Amino acid sequence: MLRSLQIEPEKCTGCLQCEMACSYQAEGVFNPAISRIKVFTFHEEGRFVPYTCTQCSEAWCMHACPVEAIVLNEETGAKDVLADKCVGCKVCTIACPFGTVNYNQKTSVVYKCDLCGGDPECAKACPTDCITYVDSDHTGFERMKAHAAQNLPK
Amino acid sequence: MAWTRKVLRVNLTEGTCKEEPLNMQWAKQYLGQRGLGTKYLTEEIDPKCDALGPDNKMIMITGPLTGTAASTGGRYSVVTKSPLTGTVACSNSGGFIGNEIKCAGWDMLIFEGKSPKPVYLYLENDKAQLLPADELWGKSVWETDELIHKKHQDPLIRVACVGRSAEEGCLYAAIVNDLHRAAGRSGVGTVMASKNLKAVAVRGTKGVGNIKDPTAFMKATSDGKKVLAENAVTGEGLPALGTQVLMNVINEVGAMPTRNMKEVQFEGASKISGEAMKEPRPTDGKPNLTTNAGCFACTIACGRISTIDQGHFTIENKPQYWGNSGGLEYEAAWALGSDCGVSDLDALTYVNFLCNEDGMDPISFGATVAAAMELFEEGVITTEHTGGVELKFGSAEALAWAAEVVAKGEGFGRELGLGSKRLCEKYGRPELSMTVKGQEFPAYDPRGIQGMGLTYATSNRGACHLRSYTVSSEILGIPEKTDPLETEGKPELVKAFQDATAAVDSAGLCVFTTFAWTLEDIAPQVNAACEGEWTADSMMEMGERIWNMERDFNIAAGITGDMDTLPKRLLKDVAKTGPAQGKVCNLDDMLPKYYEARGWTADGVPTDETRVRLGLA
Repeated sequence: MLRSLQIEPEKCTGCLQCEMACSYQAEGVFNPAISRIKVFTFHEEGRFVPYTCTQCSEAWCMHACPVEAIVLNEETGAKDVLADKCVGCKVCTIACPFGTVNYNQKTSVVYKCDLCGGDPECAKACPTDCITYVDSDHTGFERMKAHAAQNLPK
Repeated sequence: MAWTRKVLRVNLTEGTCKEEPLNMQWAKQYLGQRGLGTKYLTEEIDPKCDALGPDNKMIMITGPLTGTAASTGGRYSVVTKSPLTGTVACSNSGGFIGNEIKCAGWDMLIFEGKSPKPVYLYLENDKAQLLPADELWGKSVWETDELIHKKHQDPLIRVACVGRSAEEGCLYAAIVNDLHRAAGRSGVGTVMASKNLKAVAVRGTKGVGNIKDPTAFMKATSDGKKVLAENAVTGEGLPALGTQVLMNVINEVGAMPTRNMKEVQFEGASKISGEAMKEPRPTDGKPNLTTNAGCFACTIACGRISTIDQGHFTIENKPQYWGNSGGLEYEAAWALGSDCGVSDLDALTYVNFLCNEDGMDPISFGATVAAAMELFEEGVITTEHTGGVELKFGSAEALAWAAEVVAKGEGFGRELGLGSKRLCEKYGRPELSMTVKGQEFPAYDPRGIQGMGLTYATSNRGACHLRSYTVSSEILGIPEKTDPLETEGKPELVKAFQDATAAVDSAGLCVFTTFAWTLEDIAPQVNAACEGEWTADSMMEMGERIWNMERDFNIAAGITGDMDTLPKRLLKDVAKTGPAQGKVCNLDDMLPKYYEARGWTADGVPTDETRVRLGLA
């Protein structure tokens, strides 16, 4: 069963625990600046919105890469960056319509969410269950259930 | 290690920024933030110096857990000598800039001297520059934040700055970071403005690493988060209602200071409570509260994000206030609300916005307006002074006007900016000032919560609830219930809370965790991150060391034991209603026993024996 990251922004408090968990897992340091998941604050609207790679099936980044440095991980469905193959040309960062592949000046290669190999740390660190890791075929179940519950006899 | 071991020393007189190593011997004795910052301050300035002169220094300092995944690990403190009280000042703030300073590679920033012209510090990792702030001077916090982001074309910069109130000499000006979090109390913003330092803008991309034992750290912080999540206060009450969860509770126990502390219960409390913030408004159908929000790394998320009804008289035709911003927390709701007798929730939210927009401490501001309202009702202050404004208890219009004139330092706003003590002295009625050592009271009447009377009287920064929040024990039963109307056992309770809080304030963590955590929960997190052996006992001893160090600074500054007292109103006038009806605060029963428990002389001076025991001699 493939699973996907499910994000429900209305539950986000903007605490950035996900960014720390991500950077710590990926790079061994607490550093929001290099997190693969980013929380955006919309101050006027009073909203916080986490955003990261959704692992497209026909991934623009993967198709655009001229050196096949972005590959499908059959087990997780993630599009993984092979850092030793990446030449840092940044074509994938241009190809991605969502901006979730980014270049790291320090390492000279790109980086993106790899679902932590199938056990994403951001979802585990989120204190409000705003980020969950659920069956890819049924990401809408909880919302369906909530709407269905509205029809229960009062 | 957790410390970055780097200090940035900014000499504003010379215009220089220099790196120096952190004194690790002190770090192991004082940890970070409040403890370590105060250690540096006491070593570097003359306690008798003019708080607003170039000889005072201002230290912005993180804790070792700042910038880590420890829950609430994003705090920083501003340590300096206070212009409001003449005591040591240490104001603690959340938001996100604490982490940013740490991620840029610095444990602390020391500002000394005075710049000949307005400047701001721009810190991008190792690169530190003092840049001209001529265009920022005279601007509000919100404008300054926007201008700095535009100028550097970097949306991820974090900004801490002062508003116009600080520039105009308001003595309770705050340093506001991330638009609506503040190092709020004791006038630390006034000190910053006195140095011609408008802002500190930081971008850090290095991250925080060097954890002593990463496996143990991840386990300890994860255990800690579980405790917070499962606790009724930190897991439910605070996220749902914020600190405003207290409004109805404290009013019911008869400890809600009302109308400049003349009364102990406010008839309008339910209208300005956390519950009221969630009720849809009749006018636009939206509640005051949009959502709760967390500071950096905080898994509690007590912060309030609010709007004001666009048709409310305070913001008609002022679209800059129509969006969301930082909403009311309990202290602001109390000071602006019940202490001024105002129960208009939107008006309080507007004034709270102004306090953030121009950097005023809403506690001291509200309490000062309350004192001015009493002076007005006594006929001492008249409409001649106020330019026609009827400064009466209960007037939302007068409160909003007061915030506008203090924010900009206009007219009577300059007098209100002096704080309650100086205002009441100026008008010949010092007894109407509800202050200790010149700092205004927070939201707990010590006639109804006796331990808070001792807390206020002995706090090292003047009246303050955050130095020993015995409300936890006396009202909420944390860690165990004590009778709020009894004085028995309170000296020991206050001492224990003071020492434990000083330790928490030095770690990089938020004191609100202590509704659920004791030092037994905190010490393993510190110990896994930092060199040395950190246990609950060693942290408690460190807290006591910090408390005595602060006390010694104050004594050297001329703030002595005879100032460990309360206004006569609280010692002589009985509570008129509620469970504490007929009671005063029995400070005299508690103070001598407190001095004894502290190992101080009858005059409140630490004995040589105490100093030696704590490694202070």
